[in-house]
Amino acid sequence: MNKKKHWYDYLWIWSIVYFSLGFFNILFAWLGMIDFIVPLLFAIFAGNKNFCNKYCGRGQLFTVLGKNAKCSMGRPAPKWLSSKWFRYGFLVFFLSMFGNMVYQTYLVAGGARSLREVIKLFWTIKVPWGWTYTVGTVPDWVAQYSFGFYSLMLTSTLIGLIVMVLFKPRTWCSFCPMGTMTQGICKLKTTCKSI
Amino acid sequence: MAGKRYAKVDERRCVACGACVKECPRDAISVWNGCYAKVDAETCVGCGLCARICPAEVIEVCVRDAEEREISR
Repeated sequence: MNKKKHWYDYLWIWSIVYFSLGFFNILFAWLGMIDFIVPLLFAIFAGNKNFCNKYCGRGQLFTVLGKNAKCSMGRPAPKWLSSKWFRYGFLVFFLSMFGNMVYQTYLVAGGARSLREVIKLFWTIKVPWGWTYTVGTVPDWVAQYSFGFYSLMLTSTLIGLIVMVLFKPRTWCSFCPMGTMTQGICKLKTTCKSI
Repeated sequence: MAGKRYAKVDERRCVACGACVKECPRDAISVWNGCYAKVDAETCVGCGLCARICPAEVIEVCVRDAEEREISR
């Protein structure tokens, strides 16, 4: 049975567009901040996970590729992957990597470090990405943040794609740091309300 | 009369991603306050589509006992 489609059911296209833009001009990476801020706004002000539930283009992309295009083996993921300690552990790891990236941006802004036109995959593999940026277009720190943020987005999507293939299409969602964070906020809000 | 089976969510382990909500053909599942998925047992027919898509493996399809089926008749 096919459910009625809404405009937001096509947001997976946004995910593809986002990564494509980063191949041409790295500064588009800043647009990824939308995916960082909007879920938090939903959780903090509305107390819901509507972003994950309806508007997350990445989750939809995994459904489109994994379920509709049958690129997923559909096996159950190991239980520890969705356990609390792993989810919160991964969130802490992810936030520290994000913090490190912000610190690198700060160093570049202060002139202590020069701009490095590379993206880092899985926080280790350096890939030259210089063709996407002409030095001097914007302040160096703006560009540094773009490279760092794009690395983070690409790495997390790659992890998501790997677990999509190995397990169920939306396995990434079970330990997505944004999902964990927003669910944590929603739970806190609900607990506070009931006290 | 309600279906023979119905889906049950382990609320403590649910990640509230909403994959099940999108899958349910009867709109019997919703994510409650962003905390966990909740099944409307009366609307649910126990097709198991939600259990199949759930990435955290927290949905189980249970058999309704005869009494329960009578009550919701």
